[in-house]
This record gives sequence, structure tokens and C-alpha cells, in this order.
Amino acid sequence: MMDGLFHIAIVADAIDVAVSIKRTDHPDAGAVNVFVGTTRAETHADGRRLIRLDYEAYEALAIKQMNDLASRATERWPIARGTIIHRIGPVKVGEPSVLIAVATPHRRDAFDACQWLIDTLKAEVAIWKQEIWTDGTATWVHPDARV
Amino acid sequence: MTINVRFFAILKDLAGQSSLSLELTGQPTVADARVEIERQFPSLKAHLHRVSFALNLSHAGLQAVLHDGDELAIIPPVSGGADQGT
Repeated sequence: MMDGLFHIAIVADAIDVAVSIKRTDHPDAGAVNVFVGTTRAETHADGRRLIRLDYEAYEALAIKQMNDLASRATERWPIARGTIIHRIGPVKVGEPSVLIAVATPHRRDAFDACQWLIDTLKAEVAIWKQEIWTDGTATWVHPDARV
Repeated sequence: MTINVRFFAILKDLAGQSSLSLELTGQPTVADARVEIERQFPSLKAHLHRVSFALNLSHAGLQAVLHDGDELAIIPPVSGGADQGT
């Protein structure tokens, strides 16, 4: 889906970083800043290891919220083109779960917009993750409690 | 009237289902829906007081009035809200 200058998507398949960078680049841009969030390997104190994260979205709301983030970023920085992609379903350790790319005339704005977009996405957008461990346990991650 | 309730993440697991057709009478609010959901799913009680609600894809307070056919989603805190993520 396009919100003006932004490509916004929730996908079930692997995120292709190279394609996303190419799609975000623009003749007016002197910088493309890219953030890729990946599943980090973790070992619990009791020895079990993280196998993967399972992401779940309220898709209709999450897309609406991501479009809103794109609008807010576009008002604040001179963005030539942008991309926001979040993966849902199982994401193995080492694989990307989220990609933000921002193209601007000068690099400082690309860094700043990219950082604001990922921070705000993670704080606001209706996407949740569950940790899947080697011993078969599954844990929803919420900011105020691990339940 | 009937509204469609959506559950996500921990709430979906505890409820054992992802949605619910909820029958309500009178001029119910989000707060009334929460009371009825809590009655039908006692295991959700602790969570229902630290979630937010989205009514037809917009944030809604407890006093928002419900209408037949509305979609009321229960929104648990999102994973990245704390500074502990990627």
C-alpha cells in the first residue's frame, strides 16, 4: 500500500533488504538510511535457547497506524521516499522481522526519520511477539510483564 | 445488538479463540462490553484492566458507545513498548 511517498506492508514471507533499498532510493535523495530489526539469539538462565519469534498483528489497525507514522514523518522531515515493512508469523533467529528505509536529500534527516519511525512503530503499532524456546515453551512479550 | 470482539496475543491464547460475537442490550459502552467479556472469560480478568480498546479501528475510551455490528478489539500492550527490543 502506498501512503504518498511510502511503501507500507505486512508480509508473511522473508523481507528482501536489497529490494527494499532499491525501491526506496530516489533521484532527489542523497541518502538512504535503513534499519533492519532481526531476531536475536537468546539463552535463558535455565539453559533453554530461543528458536524463533512468532509475530501477530491486528493487520487492519497496524496498516492504518503505519500509514499514520508515515504521514507524521513526512510532515517532519523532507522525505523523498520511504518503506515500512513488518513480517508476521514465525521469524527464526537471525532473520529480519522489520525494515524501515528512508531516503532524504541529506543524511542527517534520513538517520533521524528512520530512528523515529522504528522507535514509534515499536511503541505504538498493534503487533505482538511470542518467544518460542527449545524446551517447547512459548512466552508472549509485553512491556509491563512477561506473561 | 451484536458486536464482534477481537482477541490478540496473550488474550487470544487465554480466551482460546480469536473473536467472539457478543450480545449486548440497551445502549452499551466499551465498559459494559468489558464487564460481559470478563463474565464469559474469567481468565482474562487481570489483563482486561491493562489493555486499550480499538473500536472500528480507532482508539476508544471506556465511555465510547457501541452500535450493532461494531468491531471492538482488545489491544494488549505491544511488544516494543519498553526499551528491550531489537
